[in-house]
Amino acid sequence: MEFGFTTAAYVVAAVLFILSLGGLSGQESAKRAVWYGIVGMALAVAATLVGPGSGFWLLSLLLIAGGGAIGYQLATKVQMTQMPELVAAMHSLVGLAAVFVGFIAHFEMGRVAGLVAEGADLKELGTFAALIAKKTTVELNILRVELFLGVFIGAITFTGSIIAYGKLAGKVDSAATKLPGGHMLNIAAAAVSAVTLILYFNSGGFFPLFLMTLAALFIGYHLIMGIGGADMPVVVSMLNSYSGWAAAAIGFSLGNDLLIVVGALVGSSGAILSYIMCKAMNRSFVSVILGGFGGPAGEQMAVEGEQIAIDVDGVATALEEADSIIIIPGYGMAVAQAQQNVAELTRRLRAKGKNVRFAIHPVAGRLPGHMNVLLAEAKVPYDIVMEMDEINDDFPETDVAIVIGSNDIVNPAAQDDPNSPIAGMPVLECWKAKQVFVSKRGQGTGYSGIENPLFFKENTRMFYGDAKASLDALLGKIS
Amino acid sequence: MIIGTPKELFEGENRVAMTPASALELQKLGHTCVIETKAGAAAGFSDKDYKDAGVEVVKTAAALWKAADIVAKVRVPDDGEMKRLSADQTLISFFSPVADEAKMKSAARKGATVVAMEMIPRISRAQKMDALSSMANIAGYRAVIEAGNNFPRFFTGQITAAGKVPPAKVLVVGAGVAGLAAIGTSTSLGAITYAFDVRPEVAEQVESMGAEFVFLDFEEEQADGASSGGYASVSSPEFAAAQLAKFREIAPDMDIVITTALIPNREAPELWTADMVASMKPGSVIVDLAAEKGGNCKLTVKDEKIVTDNGVTIIGYTDFPSRMAAQSSTLYATNIRHLMTDLTPEKDGVVNHDMEDDVIRGATVAFGKEVTFPPPPPKIQAIAAQPKAAVVELTPEEKRAAETAAFKAQTKQQVTLLCIGAAVILLAGLWAPASFMQHFIVFVLSIFIGFQVIWGVAHSLHTPLMAVTNAISSIIILGALMQIGSGSFLVVLLAGIAVFMTGINIFGGFLVTRRMLAMFQKS
Repeated sequence: MEFGFTTAAYVVAAVLFILSLGGLSGQESAKRAVWYGIVGMALAVAATLVGPGSGFWLLSLLLIAGGGAIGYQLATKVQMTQMPELVAAMHSLVGLAAVFVGFIAHFEMGRVAGLVAEGADLKELGTFAALIAKKTTVELNILRVELFLGVFIGAITFTGSIIAYGKLAGKVDSAATKLPGGHMLNIAAAAVSAVTLILYFNSGGFFPLFLMTLAALFIGYHLIMGIGGADMPVVVSMLNSYSGWAAAAIGFSLGNDLLIVVGALVGSSGAILSYIMCKAMNRSFVSVILGGFGGPAGEQMAVEGEQIAIDVDGVATALEEADSIIIIPGYGMAVAQAQQNVAELTRRLRAKGKNVRFAIHPVAGRLPGHMNVLLAEAKVPYDIVMEMDEINDDFPETDVAIVIGSNDIVNPAAQDDPNSPIAGMPVLECWKAKQVFVSKRGQGTGYSGIENPLFFKENTRMFYGDAKASLDALLGKIS
Repeated sequence: MIIGTPKELFEGENRVAMTPASALELQKLGHTCVIETKAGAAAGFSDKDYKDAGVEVVKTAAALWKAADIVAKVRVPDDGEMKRLSADQTLISFFSPVADEAKMKSAARKGATVVAMEMIPRISRAQKMDALSSMANIAGYRAVIEAGNNFPRFFTGQITAAGKVPPAKVLVVGAGVAGLAAIGTSTSLGAITYAFDVRPEVAEQVESMGAEFVFLDFEEEQADGASSGGYASVSSPEFAAAQLAKFREIAPDMDIVITTALIPNREAPELWTADMVASMKPGSVIVDLAAEKGGNCKLTVKDEKIVTDNGVTIIGYTDFPSRMAAQSSTLYATNIRHLMTDLTPEKDGVVNHDMEDDVIRGATVAFGKEVTFPPPPPKIQAIAAQPKAAVVELTPEEKRAAETAAFKAQTKQQVTLLCIGAAVILLAGLWAPASFMQHFIVFVLSIFIGFQVIWGVAHSLHTPLMAVTNAISSIIILGALMQIGSGSFLVVLLAGIAVFMTGINIFGGFLVTRRMLAMFQKS
């Protein structure tokens, strides 16, 4: 049973997927790149339906259509600020699908083995079963390992993504919490999985597989529960990576190269994103995954001075007088849904001939690139939105820096205080600007609980209040 | 404490160390103020003004010196005043500790405390008491006004119905406080202003005031002014020669030259030589603010205005601040008041002469029967501390060596990784069957492509990247589709659910990516 056409379609689809990811290198080419991805996916599904999956093609189409309708609803209704939640939720679906596909592979293996033992006619079997029937013992053993891995990663992705979704959507407390026993529980669960792998490898029974699934579900849950809200960019991209590896593992067990190719692409993409995010926080991947900020290595520098508040008139006057302005948005802007006001402020200031730019820290927000998407939604032109490395040297020539809802990414302690938990993390050096305004809800510390000396600097003024309300008031003063 | 201000005895001195406004502020600190009658008259403050401000007016200097615990005045006290200075009295005044060493010693012997206003350290915290700066500011302004008074043309260029007037060209030598004030005044009058200073780091300040900095073609870097408290230091003979050559070159073009070059505790350097004066146009004006220390121009006569044979006016007045006594008294009195604020930290009228304080210690030249001059270096680094970035320029050889080393390290790392990877794959190949290895090759190559491609993705597109990878990771739908057709009801059910969920993902992922990308717009 050869499906030459299907394989050919898979090759084309794989190329299209690669082009689709490669096209994301620029804003304009990205718009074309999505179409490559869509066509690739359509081609792959169609080729599978025509070829090896022809058995229940009508049912399949109906299910895809149904799922598609829901997906369409989700995609059109979602707020841009909710993007992290959506992405996390979608990862959980891929994870669960991987678990199911792995289970099915297991059942089929059992059934085919039974049929082979009875010496029944193998020609009547379905596509996948027929494939299994041709395998040798060694290949079957490898198949077991592959599907075991697929189910394992899929299960972790599933619960992990659900918890990540809950934390991002505010349905689960975003603070890092662990069950008593901490990482020992994770290690124990991983040990159980390892033991069940050996059992499964030898016996091929369903029970070890099921037990492992439970253990993996627990690992996913507990691992992500132990990671705080500000580390979510790493978590989401890590889960993204996992969903790819799950697909690749399933691809191995099904002997489907397209699954392997795409799984590997997605897996490496997520891994690179995680790496970039970790680097931006100057933390090792392991320390993020193991959760929470470690205790400070020594006494943190005491912060001297006081936080000086400023009212809306003061900010408006300073903005009127400034020639160059840099805005540093953070998660607080997303929470307050203030991106439209920020954009309006930017438009008005630019209309007055001022040089307004945005400085985006790689881990600002809860998703890689989160701020860029929010600003784009509010129609802030992307060529004034700068990366940290592009703009960090410009702060000394800047008249006013406005910090909207960010905290750790503008914390000078990262450079000045070797004992700070975030020491060495690259930060936006906004305090070098002539004047800094910090829009912040109250005097409390941010997510990480680290005192921010920026707020106490002489050239810093605190603009207290909800970001959206504050900016509304400010827009009233600037025509 | 009682703060008293006598009438200045120095001839032609119009300033006064206390104004009605500063007296009000001093009283807020808990002090009582007394003033000698007519002390402020020359600066435009009548006795009535002082009385209205709550200041007691006494008839004679003798009575004042007797009454006051603290005497604040402007000029260095003369011998008669030194006699009146008593033990436990504090004198706050300009008091050149080098030139008037004898007076300083006699004050110390008596047990009086002397605070010399010109010794206030030049640190940011003490700027509010820096009388040298406030007086220099006035001198710089007045120098331009005096020059204009003696200059027979406009400062600004004009094109009028009666003909074209070229703008005046002004050269300011020495861009200290006085120089910068002169530059500001001159540019705002419309003259084309040039400025020179031996400290290259002030070029930026000069340009910020609207003047053009005259650069020398000279290799040697002058010592950073920050190391000498913001003042210029003595330059090398070669540098001085290069400087004079430059001046000689531009002298014929200049209409007005204002020299402000002073080096602390030294004769003023000669910068504008007689031959330069000779080469200037008739009607040109030179204002020598260094006249008191001998002048930057040797033709300058202290306290006089002379006209040379070729019609160049040279002004050597030394009393510019006194010529604007109302303004300079106000600023000087404010400097004194700020000093008193630091001396009475509790605002209860009790002076706490804290010799641990950098500013107070630095300015005090006699205290507790000891001469306390010169002061130890201040603990805080000076004003214009612009630490030159200590970036060591690498030589080309070092750079190349560093690059080669980095390249070698990179090669080593890559080779090691490749070897390990190859070994792992070979091991797998020994053990695993061929069908597995086929897929494995695809897997490894895909990871490789993935890494190459993803590094190129723009940072701002990371969210769309996640959405699109999420959509394409739903490729797992193929697995479900292949399985749905084979086997039992359970298989159909599970595969069906999987197809349904991935369906959500495919549509949701791609659509949301498109939505996001459509939002990115160029300005």
